[in-house]
Amino acid sequence: MTPDLLEEGAHRFEARRQKVLQGRTESGGRAAGYARIATPGEVDVTHGRILYLEDVSVSFDGFKAINKLSLDIAPGELRCIIGPNGAGKTTLMDIITGKTRPDSGTVFLGSTIDLLRYTEPQIAQMGIGRKFQKPTVFEQLTVFENLELALKVNKSVTASMFFRLDSAQGDRLLEVLRTIHLVDSVSRQAGNLSHGQKQWLEIGMLLMQDPKLLLLDEPVAGMTDEETERTAELFLSLKGKHSLLVVEHDMSFINTISDIVTVLCDGAVLAQGTLAQVQADERVIEVYLGR
Amino acid sequence: MNNANGPSSAQTEFVLPARSPLLSRAGWGTFLFALILVCAVAPALNLLVPKESVFYLSDYAVGLLGKIMCYAILALAMDLIWGYTGILSLGHGLFFALGGYVMGMYLMRQIGADGNYKSNLPDFMVFLDWKVLPWHWTFSDSFAATLLLVVAVPGLVAFVFGYFAFRSRIKGVYFSIITQALTFAAMLLFFRNETGFGGNNGFTDFKRILDIPIATPSMRMTLFVLTGLTLLGFFLLARWLVKSKFGRVLQAVRDAETRVMFSGYNPIGYKLTIWTISAMMCGVAGALYVPQVGIINPSEMSPANSIEIAIWAAVGGRATLIGPIVGAFIVNGAKSWLTVAYPEFWLYFLGALFIGVTLFLPNGVVGLVKRISALRLPRRYAPRNDGNDGQHGNPSAAKYKSAEGRDK
Repeated sequence: MTPDLLEEGAHRFEARRQKVLQGRTESGGRAAGYARIATPGEVDVTHGRILYLEDVSVSFDGFKAINKLSLDIAPGELRCIIGPNGAGKTTLMDIITGKTRPDSGTVFLGSTIDLLRYTEPQIAQMGIGRKFQKPTVFEQLTVFENLELALKVNKSVTASMFFRLDSAQGDRLLEVLRTIHLVDSVSRQAGNLSHGQKQWLEIGMLLMQDPKLLLLDEPVAGMTDEETERTAELFLSLKGKHSLLVVEHDMSFINTISDIVTVLCDGAVLAQGTLAQVQADERVIEVYLGR
Repeated sequence: MNNANGPSSAQTEFVLPARSPLLSRAGWGTFLFALILVCAVAPALNLLVPKESVFYLSDYAVGLLGKIMCYAILALAMDLIWGYTGILSLGHGLFFALGGYVMGMYLMRQIGADGNYKSNLPDFMVFLDWKVLPWHWTFSDSFAATLLLVVAVPGLVAFVFGYFAFRSRIKGVYFSIITQALTFAAMLLFFRNETGFGGNNGFTDFKRILDIPIATPSMRMTLFVLTGLTLLGFFLLARWLVKSKFGRVLQAVRDAETRVMFSGYNPIGYKLTIWTISAMMCGVAGALYVPQVGIINPSEMSPANSIEIAIWAAVGGRATLIGPIVGAFIVNGAKSWLTVAYPEFWLYFLGALFIGVTLFLPNGVVGLVKRISALRLPRRYAPRNDGNDGQHGNPSAAKYKSAEGRDK
């Protein structure tokens, strides 16, 4: 055993170690491991996808509303979905939120949660918030009570009977009130709000739930230009913290907020890319945008 | 009056509506007044005042008022499920009758061997030539068990029925029709002699309760006071329920059930809870009703009776709690007067009342009173802010400071 041999051996050893380090796969910024523990109730996004749909099909009385649709959303992404009427946009949201059960296919939240096994309230508690096409708020309750009901707390019957708003929750509520510009309307009955304000209130209720993924069905329908602008600002500020899936027809609104646009047609993805890309796509022009 | 929604929302100090108390000051005053009326004034006027006096409260009036208070409990229970949760039940008469039958069984056993046939078995069983008590009469000689079963039997029936109905997402008019069918089916069942509930005669001719003769003025008064206390207690319970977040979820279920689901609440649990509570209240009302009226028979389960409960609630004003109680008094007061004065017109009157209320008073009598008092109120008390009609308005406000402010 000479020093040369020792030196050579050390080099060989180091080179092999480097090779191992270089070849190591990375997984969501963490070192690779043989196994990870899936924490119940926690969304596992280490594979870079918060929502994952594969080969989803559903038909109503023979009409294929969704036809082998595959789609995935990254954490913090703001994805816009456009498409002609009857393309399956709302059905897609129904499937994700558990309202409609698909005939086939898989729907996962993160890598570990199979959404098809849960009910609507359970899915909502996992962190998927949904805004309906028609603003749906509790009209007989005040703005304050609407937001309070949406607050992320234990939602069992007994917990609700003895619920008291604590100060941290009060602050959270105020923060959302400010975000949706309804501070001055806090004691008004939700039924007396304007259409745009109802839309905002519903968005505020989603925010109270502190969702990981927001599904927004035509959020700026019926809003004034100014309200639309403020909504765009709001969505851009939410991007990154939450994942958003926005269905809209308003192209200028989409232009303001979107990174990637998915075009749905006849229940399947027709095209995907930036707004400029899909607008240039021949097929998209054919079925949706028009010549 | 605090300026709750003024433009003064400064940077650090915001105003959130405060939790309003269970009852307002005036509300507690009225409550106390009713309590004194039931516990002191009525007994004094009935038992202490001589019969010739104009202030004397006749035994007939005590019986009538006691009966109407039982009906008021029914209307209150109906308000919880219909007014607040938006589920119209046309089968609440069933739960009322079930509570009544449980109490009736106990009262039948209390007759002992003093019946017409001088047997330890209730008369109708002797008549049917039965030798032993049927199994479901096992606990009927125990007063404690009776008290428990008065709430447990209607509660259990409601729970099982409600579980399947709500799980199947049966809503609106379909639910109403099924509840109507349920009470009708139960009525046919109770009409049969084999069921062991006295057939179409039901139970009557009661002698004692807790070994105390039942037909004395003091016993009648005791039952009257008990009914009044129960009504007031249930009113507070209902008030607490609808004031809590639970109550707001119920109203949310009424207004937009899908939004409730997508907010993470499971509406089945909420509907089932209030449905069962409502049925139990009806059971208690039935148990208080039977010893005062002295008879229970299957006609209590007839569909018309259940529909009448809904009418009381609608006349008084849904989703107000006090409204249905007032409605029960108005309609039944009118009924007891009209059926004596113009017996042939009573049903026309009832129909006209229902049509009139539906067309002109969507918020019932209480809504009308509110509208009139809003008109008569001076302008300076007029709208605190746009839109809020004062119904849910909450003038008092608590100041929430931001977290930094509070820590000091």
